[in-house]
Amino acid sequence: MYTAPFDYRRAHDTQEVVTWLQEDPDNTKIIAGGHSLLPLMKLRLASVARLVDISQVAELQGIREDMGGLRIGAFTRHAQLAKDPAVREAAPLLASAAAVIGDMQVRNRGTIGGSLCHADPAADLPAALLALNAELVIAGPGTERRESLDAFFLAPFITTLAADEVLTAIVVPRMVPGAKSTYLKRPHPASGYPVIGVAAWVSVSGGRVEDCRIALTGIGPVPFRAARSEQVLTGRAFSREAIAEAAREAAGSGTLEDDEDGYKSQLCQVYVSRALGDIAQGAG
Amino acid sequence: MADVIGSALKRHEDIRLIRGKGQYTDDMKIPGMVYASMVRSPYAHARIVAVDTAEARRVPGVQAVFTGRDLKDEVGMVPTAWIPPDSDMKMTPHPALAYDFVRYAGDAVAVVIADTPYIAQDAADLVRVEYDAMPAVTNPRDAAKEGAPLVHEDIAGNVAFHWKAGVSVDEVFNKAEVVVRHEFRQQRLVPSAMEPRAAVAQWNAATDELTVWVTTQNPHIHRLLMSGMLGIPEHKLRVVAIDVGGAFGSKIACYPDEVVVSWAARKLNRPVKWTETRSENFTVTTHGRDHVEEVEVAGTKDGHIQAIRVKAYANLGAYLSTAAPGVPTILFGLIVNGAYAIPHASAEVFGMLTHTTPVDAYRGAGRPEATFLVERMVDLYSEAVGMDPLAVRKINLIPADAFPYTNPFTLQYDSGNYQGALAKALEMVDYQQFRKEQDNLRKQGKYVGIGFSTYVEMCGLGPSEVAGAVGFQGGLWESATVRVHPTGKVTVFTGASPHGQGEETTFAQIVAQELGLPPEDIEVVHGDTAKIAMGWGTYGSRTTVVGGAAIHMADQKVIEKARKIAAHKLEVGEDDVAFEQGLFSVKGLPARTVTFQEAALDAYLAWSLPKGMEPALEGTAFYNPENFTYPFGTHIAMVSVDPETGDIELMRYVAVDDVGIVINPMLVEGQIHGGLVQGIGQALYEGAEYDDQGQLLTGSFLDYAMPKARFFPKFETAHTVTPSPHNPLGVKGVGETGAIASTPAIVNAVMDALAPFGIHDLPMPLTPRKVWQAIAAKGGTH
Ligand SMILES: Cc1cc2nc3c(=O)[nH]c(=O)nc-3n(C[C@H](O)[C@H](O)[C@H](O)COP(=O)(O)OP(=O)(O)OC[C@H]3O[C@@H](n4cnc5c(N)ncnc54)[C@H](O)[C@@H]3O)c2cc1C
Repeated sequence: MYTAPFDYRRAHDTQEVVTWLQEDPDNTKIIAGGHSLLPLMKLRLASVARLVDISQVAELQGIREDMGGLRIGAFTRHAQLAKDPAVREAAPLLASAAAVIGDMQVRNRGTIGGSLCHADPAADLPAALLALNAELVIAGPGTERRESLDAFFLAPFITTLAADEVLTAIVVPRMVPGAKSTYLKRPHPASGYPVIGVAAWVSVSGGRVEDCRIALTGIGPVPFRAARSEQVLTGRAFSREAIAEAAREAAGSGTLEDDEDGYKSQLCQVYVSRALGDIAQGAG
Repeated sequence: MADVIGSALKRHEDIRLIRGKGQYTDDMKIPGMVYASMVRSPYAHARIVAVDTAEARRVPGVQAVFTGRDLKDEVGMVPTAWIPPDSDMKMTPHPALAYDFVRYAGDAVAVVIADTPYIAQDAADLVRVEYDAMPAVTNPRDAAKEGAPLVHEDIAGNVAFHWKAGVSVDEVFNKAEVVVRHEFRQQRLVPSAMEPRAAVAQWNAATDELTVWVTTQNPHIHRLLMSGMLGIPEHKLRVVAIDVGGAFGSKIACYPDEVVVSWAARKLNRPVKWTETRSENFTVTTHGRDHVEEVEVAGTKDGHIQAIRVKAYANLGAYLSTAAPGVPTILFGLIVNGAYAIPHASAEVFGMLTHTTPVDAYRGAGRPEATFLVERMVDLYSEAVGMDPLAVRKINLIPADAFPYTNPFTLQYDSGNYQGALAKALEMVDYQQFRKEQDNLRKQGKYVGIGFSTYVEMCGLGPSEVAGAVGFQGGLWESATVRVHPTGKVTVFTGASPHGQGEETTFAQIVAQELGLPPEDIEVVHGDTAKIAMGWGTYGSRTTVVGGAAIHMADQKVIEKARKIAAHKLEVGEDDVAFEQGLFSVKGLPARTVTFQEAALDAYLAWSLPKGMEPALEGTAFYNPENFTYPFGTHIAMVSVDPETGDIELMRYVAVDDVGIVINPMLVEGQIHGGLVQGIGQALYEGAEYDDQGQLLTGSFLDYAMPKARFFPKFETAHTVTPSPHNPLGVKGVGETGAIASTPAIVNAVMDALAPFGIHDLPMPLTPRKVWQAIAAKGGTH
């Protein structure tokens, strides 16, 4: 299908984006990679009077070191995340999640900022970024605020972002040296989006789990951290028993959707167990 | 020169297709062309109260808005072209644009025609239709129930037809040692051709001629049907379909859309284009399958199947599409005994109307449904008598010396060696070893299974006399003209209408072999009623079987005439001239020769032709087959099931197919792979679903699981070759075997894996969730 008619503008700096959003916040939308927004517009589920293209805004691009972590411009494409040496070195979990989004065309267009702001409950990156304790840098009219990703997602497709705000960057702390990580995805046979995606990292010291983070996506109305599983693991020997116990706690750490038959709880358990098992094997 | 038949030539058509130079309908651009967009009902069942087009008309760039009332008296009903005999079939009046009732979500009520497709769609959204919504029914069984909402007011019980075949088998069942009953659901499938449908129509006011470029598998059938609907005589109507991007049955039907566009092109005297969106393709292009089947098998305790009885409710949707009634009757009911020597069989089918998208042929059309139920029943019967399903197959397969074999419905299977194909498959799979490993793995809590499908199907539709007898409103012969040019180059005109299968290559191979020419000297022309005298199109694996045979016949006429010319030139009798590899020579005097090209030139110069001979060199043949052809084979699937998630992994897939003589092994391989993916897709992934209101819940590729290449292992294929005795090329047809054989092989394998849980059947598609639920219901893993 074709989109309804719309007006198109290309912004050159963040200020311009904010100004244009402010003019008519309810009917203006940022377009980044367009891979979530355009399908909605073509199905005429989203009606947008004006699109503001952010692809030429230099401030929103690039990946650089920032206080021991990475500052990733919101307009960074999935393909860049997957192959960027700094990302692969400081936050390999993010690179592996980016590498399994959609297909090559999608990864070459879609952006990290678009994925977060769209807040599809089945998006891949939120799990990795939750597990990495990412923080968002958000610009609004005359302001800039920082927000932990933990607080960002409110409901499916709804975030704390106001209609006249722009996500400018994502700050990702460097992973603990020696930590092992994995992103385990169960793609939906039709859409390819995760039915469940588990992002996890574990750092082991002296045979015990020193620290770990586990986050799930696709399985509930919003992505969530498996905090109870993390608690089970922390301080314990990284054993088969500990993993099994942690996996059992995954479903209870968040809200699941469509779980009347217990299948989604089962997937939580199986996928958390398998993800941790992969890490344990890798950690050898 | 090596044999051209049997060699894996690369596809001639790909040179243009992979370079983006194909000539698809949507590629047509005509000066002054305007674009159509349909206004479709969001309701599955409603009375149309009023249609207000005023606002849409006011949009700048809109040329016209037409509603059902505008067409009502000028365009005939969209016809149904298959009337199963003795079935009391009721026609389902199908206006090109609805004007009183809409009967499925997607039924078109108006069309907007505008300068650009974008304006057309924007304006279509502004057409205000007032509907009085009514209750809908979507399931074929529910539709038969007392008090179910009627799809067509005057068709009682929503039964469009009631068809029966075979004789009563009650007595056999009453006396049988073992009776196994089961009910299957053939879920609804969305054919999903890569190219959606499209139509471009151009009216020539000077000659009163209409040209329609349209995505069709059968341009001449389209011409015939559209001529009737539009009142434009056939000689003033040209239908063109050069490149068509896949169809799988969904482009057989004549649809309202192309009729509307054609009518509008004449009305407005401007070329009009309509291109379907993918969303429309899901909701208005015909779907496939959708049966509920009650099946019973009677047999002895020691594994001899004596009778099969089938009662099916076929969901045909809101209107009877062009070929729809033939699919669940003739193409299904007459072959429910499959490849087995089951002496007694009967079939009964209720053609049910529901408030859903019309259902028509989908790859295999009827035969996958028949094959599925008999192959599944063989496994369920084996279980009931405590025998190995392979052993039961061996007992019941029709023996090789029984051909031609007359089945209980009087179909005559032409030739076969079913044991031979099975033996070949068992060379590729060590069955006993698999069973041993299966036992060991079960002890470790791992579940693997093996499934067979020893199938037969009927192809090469078909003898025209039979077409008439079974109610198909057309002939099923095929035409071919082999036109030799003065230089000896050849243009072949075929009435078959390949749309992705590759017969431009296969047909060139036939001619190259028979006339002894290089394949690049041969061009195959299809899909244009102005160029091809007549033809019945491409479906039912008939293209090479019937269309190829017609070319062979035409070749013989060319050779016969060229031989006379050569004999004349060589000054010998015709009988003394041999023809081999493009060279005429005097028998016993190999030095005295005339090339085929020289003979062609002589034919055209006509300076010295045998007395009484007409100039030029071309052969035209109309080939009416003697019988259907019956490809067969053995497919074996090996799966493992993960009880934790319900995931099914296809470990190996072995397909041994006997499709008769193979003309191009690469194309045959491609057809088998494509068919397998669609058949396995039905078993494991695909399924269209409606809610109670008749809304399609699986209306996009976000929800409808079209299988991806990565879901499959490398297919292991092999052949046995049993030529069809009545086909001059010995071919049997390969377009549908994969889709027909594979679905039950997969389900049999999964059920074999799940046997330790006491699970015997699950409805398709076998999604992981369903499998997991079934295991959980049986108490989970042990
Ligand atoms: C075929 C297909 C398959 C896909 N498969 C997957 C998959 O497997 N996993 C997955 O996670 N995703 C998948 N996606 C989605 C893909 O990753 C999208 O690209 C991504 O979700 C959105 O990024 P975008 O840059 O395209 O955003 P856009 O579509 O341009 O924008 C999305 C939304 O975010 C807003 N927005 C964008 N950037 C900003 C910003 N900087 N500040 C404020 N608001 C902003 C827009 O206004 C819009 O509302 C798939 C998409 C397609 C088409």
